[in-house]
Amino acid sequence: MKIGALKEISTGEQRVALTPESAIQLQKLGHECVVQKGAGSAAGFSDAQYKAAGVKVAATAAALTKACDVIVKVRPPTEAEIKRLSPEKTLISFFYPGANEDLMELAKSKGASVIAMDMVPRISRAQKMDALSSMANIAGYRAVIEAGNNFGRFFTGQVTAAGKVPPAKVLVVGAGVAGLAAIGTSTSLGAITYAFDVRPEVAEQVESMGAEFVFLDFSEEQADGAATGGYAAVSSPEFAAAQLAKFREIAPDMDIVITTALIPNREAPELWTADMVASMKPGSVIIDLAAEKGGNCKLTVMDERIVTDNGVIIIGYTDFPSRMAAQASTLYANNIRHMVSDLTPEKDGVIVHDMEDDVIRGATIAHAGEITFPPPPPKIQAIAAKPKEKLPEKTAEEKRAEEVQAFKKQTQNQVALLAIGGALLFLVGSYAPASFMQHFIVFVLSVFVGFQVIWNVSHSLHTPLMAVTNAISSIIILGAVLQVGSTSFLVTVLAAIAVFFAGINIFGGFLVTRRMLAMFQKS
Amino acid sequence: MEMGFTTAVYVVAAILFILSLGGLSGQESAKRAVWYGIVGMALAVTATLFGPGFGLWGLSLVLIAAGGLIGYQLASKVEMTQMPELVAGMHALVGLAAVFVGFNTHFELVNVAAMDESARKSLEGFAALLAKKTAVEINILRVETSLGIWIGAVTFTGSVIAYGKLAGKVNSAATKLPGGHVLNATAALVSLASLIWYLNSGALMPMMILTLMALFIGYHLIMGIGGADMPVVVSMLNSYSGWAAAAIGFSLGNDLLIVVGALVGSSGAILSYIMCKAMNRSFVSVILGGFGGTAGPQMAVEGEQVAIEADGVATALNEADSVIIIPGYGMAVAQAQQSVSELVRKLRAKGKNVRFAIHPVAGRLPGHMNVLLAEAKVPYDIVMEMDEINDDFPDTDVAIVIGSNDIVNPAAQDDPNSPIAGMPVLECWKAKQVFVSKRGQGTGYSGIENPLFFKENTRMFYGDAKASLDKLLPMIE
Repeated sequence: MKIGALKEISTGEQRVALTPESAIQLQKLGHECVVQKGAGSAAGFSDAQYKAAGVKVAATAAALTKACDVIVKVRPPTEAEIKRLSPEKTLISFFYPGANEDLMELAKSKGASVIAMDMVPRISRAQKMDALSSMANIAGYRAVIEAGNNFGRFFTGQVTAAGKVPPAKVLVVGAGVAGLAAIGTSTSLGAITYAFDVRPEVAEQVESMGAEFVFLDFSEEQADGAATGGYAAVSSPEFAAAQLAKFREIAPDMDIVITTALIPNREAPELWTADMVASMKPGSVIIDLAAEKGGNCKLTVMDERIVTDNGVIIIGYTDFPSRMAAQASTLYANNIRHMVSDLTPEKDGVIVHDMEDDVIRGATIAHAGEITFPPPPPKIQAIAAKPKEKLPEKTAEEKRAEEVQAFKKQTQNQVALLAIGGALLFLVGSYAPASFMQHFIVFVLSVFVGFQVIWNVSHSLHTPLMAVTNAISSIIILGAVLQVGSTSFLVTVLAAIAVFFAGINIFGGFLVTRRMLAMFQKS
Repeated sequence: MEMGFTTAVYVVAAILFILSLGGLSGQESAKRAVWYGIVGMALAVTATLFGPGFGLWGLSLVLIAAGGLIGYQLASKVEMTQMPELVAGMHALVGLAAVFVGFNTHFELVNVAAMDESARKSLEGFAALLAKKTAVEINILRVETSLGIWIGAVTFTGSVIAYGKLAGKVNSAATKLPGGHVLNATAALVSLASLIWYLNSGALMPMMILTLMALFIGYHLIMGIGGADMPVVVSMLNSYSGWAAAAIGFSLGNDLLIVVGALVGSSGAILSYIMCKAMNRSFVSVILGGFGGTAGPQMAVEGEQVAIEADGVATALNEADSVIIIPGYGMAVAQAQQSVSELVRKLRAKGKNVRFAIHPVAGRLPGHMNVLLAEAKVPYDIVMEMDEINDDFPDTDVAIVIGSNDIVNPAAQDDPNSPIAGMPVLECWKAKQVFVSKRGQGTGYSGIENPLFFKENTRMFYGDAKASLDKLLPMIE
């Protein structure tokens, strides 16, 4: 099938849904690739590069749509773009179906299939096509870079000949994909990074990225993120109050604040109030990644950089991924490529729109003349396993009691074994003749010594132990040697063979043990 | 030489043997310990050769020298990956020697019984000892001899089969003749009946039957045990060879044989116990073959196995600070230990913390992996036991699983219905990233699906372990 990438027409959008690299991968799946003239130029991919990768270049959007079976793009389509679709054609792009019902209706009336990249379910298998995550990752990174661009000081602390520079303090609110990316970038630039999230279970992830998690003095159980598909849920008023109080406390210390708190299908919660902004030092920077949904700070103006009266810079850009068009296009094109690869199960260039597949079903919003949004809940709920019940920490007394218990049990076992062993010995002794008992005592003592000695053998030396016990078990040679001198010819022959075999064993066993042990070396 | 002198030498030899086993508690003292064993053996053999009641010492010396030559050849040529076969094969020799010595005792006994009073007085050595026995003592002797022969014969065929399986000459899958355990039980009962018959008659026939039954049991028992249970089998056979020696010691009235037999027997028994514990299975269930029954449906495994190429692994390793490598039988099969060692050397040269985690039943012989790594010059102080290292996985950047499967199976902990539920495993999935070097997508020996391969932080590095690592090595800069 032919897969074509449209040139983005919304202003400022620099990304493209197909890169020369992803085109090569798609061709391996048996597809042909087409790109609209100049589609990749803003992201740094020239038409010549596409041609070199075996991609055809179409002059206009109309021509491309006509020629291709699958149309891929980044931003949600415009009415004009949808109108060019026809049945049997598939469109893959961001769509935001909840907000774009008219477009969805239009697509349905055209009979085309539409796959919304923002509707890919959040299950492990679909991570490779989760474009929201890959874009959020870029947004988080870029947010820090943008903040650094506007912040007049170093991130990292330095002691120079010209004076001491304190490190910048960065607060990241919301530790989702974007938040974690921001934390990682900020810590690697050397800033002291703090992070907060309403889901306490992410504290571990935050700390693993090198930031400090801001804990609230709040005991109420928070809703578990796992129940809501890994996204945050709305918090209780009490919790929100505790959260704001904490932010108010730390606001004057923060140089850079990056807010990323979003709740699906809702306006962004207000987390950074005007009075917190007022308490910040002049020159501080706030990057509000939630600007599109109203902002976590109410002073934010969407798509603009403003400076407050007290000199705090608030940035409300919403096009961070597009500002890193080359990187964003590479990742997005890969997401698309994985989606197409799932749509091409046989790798034969034939698209199979399998509505039984959880991922494809979830992302499809229009198919075969019907609207298929919202999707049914996915069959697999495979995000973050539920937390294990923590066993209550044992007190010192309990531990002590357990130790005593274990010791008593051990003593009991030992005494019981000794008693049984003793009784058995006594039993044997009262029937067997003295000559037997003499050897028997030797035997029992040897077994006992063996058990005591062998328990101390280091695990790593078990193979040499086997080799050496093997060598010494050829002590049976003594028996054979004693019998070789017999008057009976048969006995002599058998004994001679036994001596021979045991001889092999003695030398072989000891030598191989020595060889092995010589190899064990300390570093 | 006098009898008293021989006994004194035996005591010295016995002490040397005990020291030799005790010395294996540490890598350095072990090197000295082997010499104790060698000196002990030399003393014991010399004292017996020149001791009282001995005739053909010239022949014996020649035979020992000839056997020694072969043993020397074998021991110097064997590859470390072939250790399991070698050990199993040598057990067979001890078993066979025990059978022969046992039969000899029987023949001597018959000879002595046939002699008249005056002829008995002129006897020397072992036969003289027999001649002095009372009726009760003769019966005890017969039991001891039969026991020695029986255990020896089981050890012999068992070890031969174990050797065949380990060397790949016999199919390593568990196979049983129709009838299964009933056959074994019947053979054991027949053995017992022959023993009683022998006690009453003292004839050769019941002894032959007993031996044949024991040979069959040894064969059938080990045929029914699969490849991954080999560590238990080999240590069990090790134990048996010891008990056979001890039983023969009883019948010959030789205390040194008894002491050494008991030492070896208990050593093998402890090893078997450790191996069974490491698999959370009872000794009986291993010996009778097959895994325990499952209590219900196994947990379905979600997700997919994600493959990765050498460059991806190299990037992760270059960025990692701490690495733990978990080798298994697959490493031995692919002879990849040298490549692993080279990888470790490179990583350590870059200041990374690289360690090995060894599960007690990794490989086909207790301590198998340690020996392979030692051969490849991996320093032993970075080779850790399971209990030492299991808590360190959460702080580890990269865990590399090379050719092991069941010992890193999280189902042992998570899925109560899994056949290996409760078996202690290496918790490598707690590391930030796990790479699994594996031939293909199939399940391992036990046929148990391994959820580790489907975890989000796991990447599958398909291919022959040695080829994969060799591809990886130049990319670690």
